[in-house]
Amino acid sequence: MGKKHQKVVVLPCSGIGKVFGALARETAYELVENVRPGLATLTCLPLLVINDPEAVALVTENPVITIDGCPKDCAKKSVEALGKVVDKAYEAIKFYKEHKDLKPEGIAEVTDTGRKLAAVAAAEVAKMVDELAAGEEK
Amino acid sequence: MDIQVMKVGVVSCSGEEIPEGTLCRLACRKVLDERPGETVTICLPLFIAGGEEERTFAANYPTITVDGCDKLCAAKATEMLSGKPSKSLSIPEILKKRGLAPPTKLRHFGTEEEAAVKAVAEEIARAVDEVLEED
Repeated sequence: MGKKHQKVVVLPCSGIGKVFGALARETAYELVENVRPGLATLTCLPLLVINDPEAVALVTENPVITIDGCPKDCAKKSVEALGKVVDKAYEAIKFYKEHKDLKPEGIAEVTDTGRKLAAVAAAEVAKMVDELAAGEEK
Repeated sequence: MDIQVMKVGVVSCSGEEIPEGTLCRLACRKVLDERPGETVTICLPLFIAGGEEERTFAANYPTITVDGCDKLCAAKATEMLSGKPSKSLSIPEILKKRGLAPPTKLRHFGTEEEAAVKAVAEEIARAVDEVLEED
């Protein structure tokens, strides 16, 4: 058992061009606002791009989960660029592949079906949040 | 011979942690959808995560950055990692100028936020026109 954590950082895709970017964000918002409020924490991915000291400290001092919207893996790579290994990296399309009945639509924000899929995804990611907060190694 | 500019790059801050980030994404997306022949975008983190093509974005297109807060991630990252933006817009300044209240939620924008999205999109579209005229 490793060190316990009060915060687990969830970093979604920043993209505005693909539905799975929007799904990644909706999943992160669902986690932070409803499923694990107070434990799951967001920061703006672009803050890492400009090396904002507070955002960098948050990410380097706590477990990090990334949820990317496409294979370019911006969220994961932005964390790795800081010399930090991501504790768990998801690609949002995985959740759709596992729940083909919930096809997400929308680009900047997902519509109703995408919100349902995000709720399912957030429940799955929450288990990982709990494990990382408890200090269980991945 | 001058090269005719066909498209303007729009770079959104996309800040996931603040409501203005969502406003930024929605307004930028609106302009991109309404002006497909004249605008193009890039995901900001691709300046780090992408390759040479992404890093030369601001060299290939005159660029407008749109930021949701005074940290100015879009403007700073574009200038640091790609090239100096042609114009830098700030959502707090646009909302102040238009007399609109900042949004208060991170997602599921509706009719309450419609005016703010429209106002920011209009300012971006105006900046696109100005850049196209300049070039």
